[in-house]
This record gives sequence, structure tokens and C-alpha cells, in this order.
Amino acid sequence: MKNKILFIFLFTFTFFCFFIFLKGLNNSKIYVPNENSYKEFSSFKAKKLFNNEELNSDSLFDGNKLYLFNIWASWCAPCRDEHDKLMHLSNNSSIKIIGINYRDNLIKAKKFINKFGNPYSEIVIDKDGTIGVSLGAYGIPETYVVDRNKKILKKYLGALDLEDLKEIENLLK
Amino acid sequence: MNYFKKIILIFFYFFLFEAYAQNSNIDLINKISKNIRCLICQGQSVYDSQSDFAISIKVVIQKKLDEGYSENAIYDYLKKKYGQWIVYEPDFNKNTFLLWLLPILIFVIGGILILKKSKIIKL
Repeated sequence: MKNKILFIFLFTFTFFCFFIFLKGLNNSKIYVPNENSYKEFSSFKAKKLFNNEELNSDSLFDGNKLYLFNIWASWCAPCRDEHDKLMHLSNNSSIKIIGINYRDNLIKAKKFINKFGNPYSEIVIDKDGTIGVSLGAYGIPETYVVDRNKKILKKYLGALDLEDLKEIENLLK
Repeated sequence: MNYFKKIILIFFYFFLFEAYAQNSNIDLINKISKNIRCLICQGQSVYDSQSDFAISIKVVIQKKLDEGYSENAIYDYLKKKYGQWIVYEPDFNKNTFLLWLLPILIFVIGGILILKKSKIIKL
């Protein structure tokens, strides 16, 4: 009788462990960041791309409805794909687009802007990628929609598409 | 001449101390980066990876150490930015308590069974 109880207990326990590990194996091992994080925007200081002047991110918040922080680089192919969407958004006066140039060659970055147009009201240099980390970025392009109270409303991973564009425009309404 | 020797000795110890401090800082950066997961790599730590993300994280670790952050404060900073997933060693909480307790439980039950079989204790 005692052995039977022990056997049932061991069987249940083994089955329980098996179930837990099986559940763990089915979970995704790929990091998926929370796109609706509602985190506080981390302020930063950085140099501007075109005149090398120091800029404090707090000075960018000047009463606009929305702020778009776009992390980009000239070597990033998806950044080229989304550039026309950013150009389209830059026509909207209630939105301010700030570019964060991530680990890039500055001459090539300037050439990129001259070739494809400048949708940004300011472009800052993130030479070592630390500004990206302070925002919680892990790849580029990434775009953060921030409100005037410095709350991150939405995070877009990868190139912006037409659907994202509509969503951003809806946030303005 | 004696005065000159003293200056050389001071410089010697100063550079020795600097080299030691720098080396211990590198050791700590390596230790921390081994415990940080490279989020864009498959099964690699930040220490092992040469991706842009890993290089940026290493720079952040160095900068935070220079600012006087402790090892745990750096983990907390990165967890705040990327979530629990970025560290290899998860915190003890309602989602991870089984992960921490199960091996201990298995060890205790296994121990009791072995002792019972070897008739050291009677259950």
C-alpha cells in the first residue's frame, strides 16, 4: 500500500515536472519587446549632426502634440524604405520628428539626408549606441511616439509602413 | 638624485595602480556582460557577441561603472529598459518561483528516497 502511494506520488510529480518543462519549451525564445510600453522617456544629451552643437532632449518638447523619435542610419536598408513615410509625416505641423543617427559614418549620414530629404526637425548623433539603449532600442529602425508629457505612447519596431502611418495620424486626432 | 628616485617611484606606483584599476574594471565589465543576454542573437551573451546591440550594451556598462553604478544597479537599469529577459538569472517572483524551487524540491525528495532505500531512516 505504502509503495503504491509512493508510486502515485512519484508519477504525478514526474508528470507535473514534464508538463512544466514542455510548457517552457513551447514558449518563444526570441525577445519580443512590449510595443505599448507607456514608459517614461529618458532624457539625453547629444551633438547635432549638422552643426555639432550640444542638444538636451528636454529642449525639444515645446508644446507640440506628438514627438516622433526615429532611430536610423545610412547603412540601414529598411530606413530607406520608411523615409518617404517620415517625409509625409513631416508635413504635419502638430508632429515633431527627431532623428537619432545610430552608430553611423557622419559623412554618409549627411549624404543620406541630402539625397532622400530631411523630415527631421533635429538630428542628433548616437555614435556609441548609448542613446538607443537609454530608449530601450535593440535594432534599427525604431520609432517612438512620445507625447508632450514625455510618455512613450507607442514603439514601432522596424520600418514604418502605411498602417503605422495611419495609426500615428489617428493619434493626432 | 634621491629626490629624483622618489619621483620615479611615485610615478611607478601610480601607473601600477592605474593599470590594476583598469584591469579590474575590464574584469567587471566582462563579468556583467556574461550575465546579459544579447537580445538580437541566438543563445549568445553580450560578452560573446560582436553585434551593434552587444557593443552598445558594453559601452553602457562601462559608462555606468564610471558613473559609480554597482553591478546590481546596472542589471536593474537594463531590466528597466528591456525587461527581465535581458538577464540570464531571473528574479524570484510569482512567475519564476517554480524555476527556483523545483530543483531544491527534487533534490530533497530524491535524497529522502535514497535514504529510505538504503534504510538509514524509516518512513
